[in-house]
Amino acid sequence: MTQSTAIFTNVGERTNVTGSARFKRLILEEDYEAALDVARSQVENGAQVIDINMDEAMLDSKAAMVKFLNLIASEPDISRVPIMVDSSKWEVIEAGLKCIQGKAIVNSISLKEGREPFERQAKIIKRFGAAVVVMAFDETGQAETADRKFEICERSYRILVDELGFPPEDIIFDPNIFAVATGIEEHDNYAVEFIEGTRRIKQNLPHCKVSGGVSNVSFSFRGNNPVREAIHSVFLYHAIQAGMDMGIVNAGQLTVYDDIPDELRKAVEDVILNTDPGAGERLVDIAPNYSGMAQAEKAEDQEWRSWPVAKRLEHALVKGITEFIEEDTEACRQQFDKPIEVIEGPLMDGMNVVGDLFGAGKMFLPQVVKSARVMKRAVAYLDPYIEAEKQAGQSNGKIIMATVKGDVHDIGKNIVGVVLQCNNYEVVDLGVMVPAEKILQTAIDENADAIGLSGLITPSLDEMVHVAKEMTRRGFEIPLLIGGATTSKAHTAVKIEPQYDKGVVYVNNASRAVGVVSSLLSATQKPGFLEKTAGEYVKVREQQARKKPRSKPVTLARARDNAVKLDWDNYTPPVPKKLGITEFKDVSIATLREYIDWTPFFMTWTLAGKYPRILEDEVVGEEAQKLFADANAMLDELSAKGSLQPLGVIGLFPANRVGDDIEIYRDERRSEVLLKSCQLRQQTEKTDFPNYCLADYIAPKGTPDYFGAFAVTGGLEEDDLAEVFEQQQDDYNKIMVKAVADRLAEAFAEYLHEQVRKQYWGFAEDEKLSNEELIRENYQGIRPAPGYPACPEHTEKDKIWQLLDVESRIGMKLTSSYAMWPGAAVSGWYFSHPDSKYFAVAAIQQDQVEDYAKRSNMTLADAERWLSPNLGYEPQS
Amino acid sequence: MPNKQITTAINGSAIADALKTAMQQRILILDGAMGTMIQQHKFEEEDYRGERFKDWHVLIKGNNDLLSLTQPEVIRQIHREYLDAGADIIETNTFNATTISMEDYDMASLSREINVESARLARAVCDEVTAKDPSKPRYVAGVLGPTSKTCSISPDVNDPGYRNVSFDQLVAAYIESTEALIEGGAHLILIETIFDTLNAKAAAYGVEEAFERTGITLPVMISGTITDASGRTLSGQTTEAFYNSIRHIKPISIGLNCALGPDLLRAYVEELSRVCETYTSVHPNAGLPNEFGEYDLEAPEMAKEIIDWGKEGFINIVGGCCGTTPEHIRAFVKGLEQVAPRTLPELEVRMRLAGLEACNLN
Repeated sequence: MTQSTAIFTNVGERTNVTGSARFKRLILEEDYEAALDVARSQVENGAQVIDINMDEAMLDSKAAMVKFLNLIASEPDISRVPIMVDSSKWEVIEAGLKCIQGKAIVNSISLKEGREPFERQAKIIKRFGAAVVVMAFDETGQAETADRKFEICERSYRILVDELGFPPEDIIFDPNIFAVATGIEEHDNYAVEFIEGTRRIKQNLPHCKVSGGVSNVSFSFRGNNPVREAIHSVFLYHAIQAGMDMGIVNAGQLTVYDDIPDELRKAVEDVILNTDPGAGERLVDIAPNYSGMAQAEKAEDQEWRSWPVAKRLEHALVKGITEFIEEDTEACRQQFDKPIEVIEGPLMDGMNVVGDLFGAGKMFLPQVVKSARVMKRAVAYLDPYIEAEKQAGQSNGKIIMATVKGDVHDIGKNIVGVVLQCNNYEVVDLGVMVPAEKILQTAIDENADAIGLSGLITPSLDEMVHVAKEMTRRGFEIPLLIGGATTSKAHTAVKIEPQYDKGVVYVNNASRAVGVVSSLLSATQKPGFLEKTAGEYVKVREQQARKKPRSKPVTLARARDNAVKLDWDNYTPPVPKKLGITEFKDVSIATLREYIDWTPFFMTWTLAGKYPRILEDEVVGEEAQKLFADANAMLDELSAKGSLQPLGVIGLFPANRVGDDIEIYRDERRSEVLLKSCQLRQQTEKTDFPNYCLADYIAPKGTPDYFGAFAVTGGLEEDDLAEVFEQQQDDYNKIMVKAVADRLAEAFAEYLHEQVRKQYWGFAEDEKLSNEELIRENYQGIRPAPGYPACPEHTEKDKIWQLLDVESRIGMKLTSSYAMWPGAAVSGWYFSHPDSKYFAVAAIQQDQVEDYAKRSNMTLADAERWLSPNLGYEPQS
Repeated sequence: MPNKQITTAINGSAIADALKTAMQQRILILDGAMGTMIQQHKFEEEDYRGERFKDWHVLIKGNNDLLSLTQPEVIRQIHREYLDAGADIIETNTFNATTISMEDYDMASLSREINVESARLARAVCDEVTAKDPSKPRYVAGVLGPTSKTCSISPDVNDPGYRNVSFDQLVAAYIESTEALIEGGAHLILIETIFDTLNAKAAAYGVEEAFERTGITLPVMISGTITDASGRTLSGQTTEAFYNSIRHIKPISIGLNCALGPDLLRAYVEELSRVCETYTSVHPNAGLPNEFGEYDLEAPEMAKEIIDWGKEGFINIVGGCCGTTPEHIRAFVKGLEQVAPRTLPELEVRMRLAGLEACNLN
């Protein structure tokens, strides 16, 4: 229900000479300036499409249409919305289409004159790329019953879609809304027939839309606007539930469903739903009681003016009345200690009522737009008071606020902005529809401390992801706040936060904003706050991941059918220059430090930024330089004293792929299997990519191929060195020595991989890459590590230990949970194939886990335990 | 009636199939600027005139498309250089060859001949190169430029309702050019540098009419122009609105070209890549022009951004516009060799309307 209301499209009808006497007069008098104002105010009032009709006997309709459309083209605040070209004369429609650069809607064509003109017109509309309204009208006349409505629409649909290739999503049916309660018995069921016809059209004709001229239904109550409005609201309430998605509606002629007096609503409902033969008469009987409702409402005006001020504000918001808003806001301000409390209290309460009514389908978009306007007026009124309250002096920080591109909703954002300003933050508000570039550029230019994004519609979510990605790409360091109605902690955690690692925080309401921002802008609180938030998001992601797979799983057999298929007939795997195991026990720190990737080192110290740029960073640069100097001093000392000796071991072996396993052989005879490395295969449905598995990069039996493994540590002395510092209560150097050892281990892995490529395996003898290029992995082959996404199962490390005899050769150990000791350690596999790449196995299914358990001689329960982060199903145990 | 003689039999759907197959495997390369290459020859009035137009009654220096008639060897050589650089698709020298643009030189009557000859000479070079290496077939895109007039903007600020060209006039001009390009042997039609979508719709309308008349339907490429950092076309549309307004043409590719260098264009390329169901193309300028109107973004620098687009999965076809040279194209070819093309997104079926902004209804 909520959804169907939210998707109802409101077509503005004021620029129609047949419907608006004022617009007709303006056009006849050639007062185009004023006529444009009519169009403009419609768009401002929330019309998503504007209908333009110049069908008037006194007018050269074609010339008027062309003139008006050409003028609109020069008015960006009108022409931003799509146009509905409305005429009963085909030549007017065609002339109109020739003036519209956007994708328009033609209103309308039908089978009234038979098939031939219908097809001819449809073909031309298709060539212009316009959508089309098709009336439920054929050679025998206008459809009145649900059966006839459906029959004609279905016939039209078949011709358009099946014969002419017209896109079904560009078809809008208008199954004729006729007046009810006319006193003629045959008319009593018209609303029901429309609602029923709509339901059948929407159920049976995929992708099409249903629209209609709503005011027709109440035609017999002309002159009694309150009753007409009630009829429109009740009719829409039911038609929308049946699937009606568009309508030509005058927003001013709608009342809020819940506000219709009970007696009237009941009577109207009986008429619309044609509950019994007396329904029409009953409504006619009571209608005069409400005809004066306009006047009564005036009286009622007086009444609501006597309510408590908070209630008055709510009423004004729901009704969209601006008349007394400043007066009431002022009255309210005097009741509260701080002006901000008026916003946080009664005004927000009122907006919540509006939100609930909208959500329940009892208010329509144009009304909500009016409510928003009232809210803005109130906030604007309070603004100077809030400003005045601000403490003088330096601001607490500068925040960029924007509603993202493609979205115009800014109430929430404005409120957050006010709340922040009120707490002495400087807010740079970029308004609505702000492209990512502008947000980021402003943040740079203003040297902002944080960015806040807001949005209400769902596509804004993707835009926020985009902004986050761009922040990463452009090397931003400041936190990103996410807020707005459709945003959620789950979306932030799953989609946005992974795109930007310098802090993304979901702010669920304005009152939380200050707390969040003050934590984020405080040097002492920020790390802890971000860590806590990130921890929460990890949990949310885990929950989400468990909830449902993002993509459809496939059977293991199907995943295997879609394996990476390498052309082994035309590719000869390189033969290692030196097979077997090689130890590296005397590679110096001096050699390895050239291979260090420093960026993660700074991250360890929660200094965010890329090396070497971070050294020049305005905020953390100085601190980064100190750290860097200390790290290098430590390296110098370790190197000079020889107190930390990096150790490593590699092995290269003949190997072949068998299924998803890699068999590793003792020698080139390939008869004795040393052990099998068991790999996992991606198991979600893929259309454009294979279902990757590391085994695919090794040739099957028959083609001699090879495979390698390695294990390295920064040095076994790591813990002892740290211990010494600990005893001296020197936490700084305790962390430093571990961080440095960790970097050396990673550097060692990089160094050995290069040695393997250039020398031991020797398939890239001429490779000459800078350290930066090494970090970016610009080389042939990969070295995936067990426990990481491409081979997530940790017990595979044990195979490396067996294969290379790691513990007795270099003293590195595995814990019972397969963590490596010392902590500064890396181990993994070598693949040489040029196509080999990293990927994430992600969610796998029970058939693969069973198969994997069998292959690796584990019980199913054990396999499920080791693979628990990857299970795409609920394990039994 | 159009002359139905076609240089070599053309099968539009076979070309479309071959292009689609190729685009699933790699990023196709379009050529670079024609004007920039011509400029290097520093041609004077008499070079433009040649023997045939030595007595033409108006000045014609700058009528680059006419060089297909008066300096055909130069044009052939430029095509050849781009093909040698590795371009899969070359563009005919017909950017301003519609009757409407040729009116500026009082040469509307030559429009047809220039289009036929330009297509024919591009096709001849293209066939030569394809013959040398049939495993990499090359294609000629018959170019339809935007013309020198706009259909949805008034040239008179005091009379916003006025237009100096009508939709029907544009359609007529485009029909004539398209028929001539088909006659000259173009493999595809490229409607490019669209700064007013209404002009493009007229072009597409004319192209479809020409296809009906000749009985030959070629794949169509469409490329719009975001004119400045506002992210809109000259006529005010956003990238997505532009896309919504022309997707009914069902082109083989939709893209962006000209006006901006790759840095400023990036955001819109990304947006297009997200909203576009068909293949995407981009051919940016080599940066913005400097004080001398020259483009100085060098090939390696430009290639860096282009390759990044490739890696981000934004593009299926890429080339260069103003200021780019065979050197740029060579750098693109080399850098994109190993880069996978963009995969087509599957978009929800929705009514996708547009004014200046997109309006996608649920």
